Amino acid sequence: MTIKRKAFIAGIYEHPRREIPDRSVAQIHAEVAIGALADAGLTLSDVDGYFTDGSTGFGAMSMTDYLGLRCTHSDSTETGGSSYLFHVGHAAEAIAAGRCNVALITLAGKPRTGGGGGPGRAYAPENAFEGLFGMSGAVTGYALAAQRHMYEYGTTSEQLAEVKVAASLHAQHNPHAMLNKPVTVEEVLASPMISSPLHRFDCCVVTDGGGAVVVVSPEVARDLPRANVTVLGQGEAIKHSDNGRIDLTYTGGVVSGPRAFEEAGVTHSDIDYVSIYDSFTITVVETLEDLGFCEKGQGGRFVMDGTLVSPGGKLPFNTDGGGLCNNHPSNRGGITKIIEAVRQLRGEAHPAVQVPDCEIALAHGTGGSLATRMGSSTLIMAREAA
Amino acid sequence: MSTELPRLAPRIDPDTAAFWEGTTRGVLLLERCPDCQTVIWYPRGGFCPACGKFSAVTFEAAGTGTVYSFTVVHRGLGEYAGVTPFVIAYVELDEGPRVMTNIVDVDPSEVHVGMPVRAVFHDTGEGSALYRFAPAQRTGA
Ligand SMILES: [Zn+2]
Repeated sequence: MTIKRKAFIAGIYEHPRREIPDRSVAQIHAEVAIGALADAGLTLSDVDGYFTDGSTGFGAMSMTDYLGLRCTHSDSTETGGSSYLFHVGHAAEAIAAGRCNVALITLAGKPRTGGGGGPGRAYAPENAFEGLFGMSGAVTGYALAAQRHMYEYGTTSEQLAEVKVAASLHAQHNPHAMLNKPVTVEEVLASPMISSPLHRFDCCVVTDGGGAVVVVSPEVARDLPRANVTVLGQGEAIKHSDNGRIDLTYTGGVVSGPRAFEEAGVTHSDIDYVSIYDSFTITVVETLEDLGFCEKGQGGRFVMDGTLVSPGGKLPFNTDGGGLCNNHPSNRGGITKIIEAVRQLRGEAHPAVQVPDCEIALAHGTGGSLATRMGSSTLIMAREAA
Repeated sequence: MSTELPRLAPRIDPDTAAFWEGTTRGVLLLERCPDCQTVIWYPRGGFCPACGKFSAVTFEAAGTGTVYSFTVVHRGLGEYAGVTPFVIAYVELDEGPRVMTNIVDVDPSEVHVGMPVRAVFHDTGEGSALYRFAPAQRTGA
C-alpha cells in the first residue's frame, strides 16, 4: 500500500503568539485545532481521527477527552519534535485504510512562560547513563554531534552560522517571528558560547505556542476550498544508540529520506522548497547531507553563498524564519515545518520569500538527540487538487 | 583546573544494580553476550539487544579509552549551573562502546578528539560512583 495521493492537507494554523502566560497548554491545543479546522472549512465535530504527541497527559486519550472529539482512529506517536511529521504519514495511512476521513494533528506547549508538560524522561532506561553528567537540555547532544562533524569533515563555525543568517533573512519578513532582525556570520560567532562549538545564535528560539494541521481523504477534499496540497510520500526512522556504537555524523534521515523520495516518485531536482528541522544549525547541515541534497560531509560547504536563501538560493529553506528565528513551540519544531511548506505550495508565504511557482515541497522533522536517540520523518507534498 | 562536579546518584534498578556496585569498587563492569560476543552498553541486566537473549555476563573493562567527541558547557542547568565551564564527552572505551561522561582533571581548553583517557570514580555516597575520565599517559602511544 502507498499513501501517495491518498490524503490532502486541508487546513493549517500556527499560533501567532510566542509568549502565552494566560492560557493552559490544553487551551492552546484547542485554539490551534479550531484555527486549522476553520482554515479547512471544518469544525471539531467533523474530526474522526486525532493525532498528538505524548507530552500532554495521556496524549491523544487526554486531549480527545478535553476537545470532546469522537474519533474512530487515534495515535500518540512520540518522537520529540519530529512527531507531527510522523503523524501526517500515519494519518495518510489511516485515511488510505478507511479508518478515518478527517485527521486533526495538534501541538502545544509553554516552555517560555512555564506550565508545560513533557514526556517522563526520569524513568527512561538510558537516563542513568546520560542524565547525570550535566546535559544542558538538548543543546549538549547537538554540540557533541557538531564537534565530531567538524573533526571528521572540517565543517566550520562560519559554515554553521550561514544557516542562521539565511533563517534571519527570512524572519525579517515575518511579523510574528521571535527574532526578526537579520544577523551576519560575524554576529553569530560573537554571540555567547553555550556549549562548544555551538553559540547562542546556533540555537533555536524558546517559545510558547503551537500549531495544527488537518489531513483529509480525497472525497472530503473535493468539497473543501483550500485542500489543494496532497501527500506524495513519507518515510520515517528511529535511529538509536546502537548498543553504544554511536555515530554522531549522520541522522535517521539516511533512512527516512530515500523512502519518502521513492514513495513520492520524485528526485531532488523536483523539490522547489524545503522545510528542514532547525533546532540547531548543525541539525540542518547533517540533515541536508543525509537527505542527499549534497554529499556526506559537504553540508557545511553546501550552505555557503546563500544556498538556503529565498528567493534566489539553490535550495530555499524555512522561509518563515524557522526554529532558529521564528518559532519553536513547546521546544518542538515539527508542526511549523509542515505549515510553512503548505504555505509555500499554496503560494501564501510572505511575498518577499515566496518561491515562484512552488509545486513540490519537502518537510523534514528531527526529534530527540541528534544521531543518538532520535526520530526522523521526511514528508514530500505537492500542489494538486483532489 | 575544573571545579569539583556534582555527584548525582543514579536510580538503581535490576538492569543496573551490578554495574553500579562495581563502580563503588572502582571498576567499570561491562556486559558481554556469550552467544554473540557483543559488548553491551548501556547495561541491561543480562539482556542482549544484538541477539535478544538474556544471558549476558559481566566482566571488568580496562577503564581506558579515547575521546570520541566533547563539548565545553558554558551554560549549566540545575546542580551543574555553578560549575561551568565543564566538559561532557563521549569516550570510546577500548572494548568498543562510546559512553557519555565528563572529562575531569584537565583544563577544558586542552580536551580534544582522540585524547587518551582513563576512568576515575566519584562516590555518590548512595551505593554508586560516577565514572568520569581523566587524561591518561600511555606508553608506546
Ligand atoms: Zn547477543
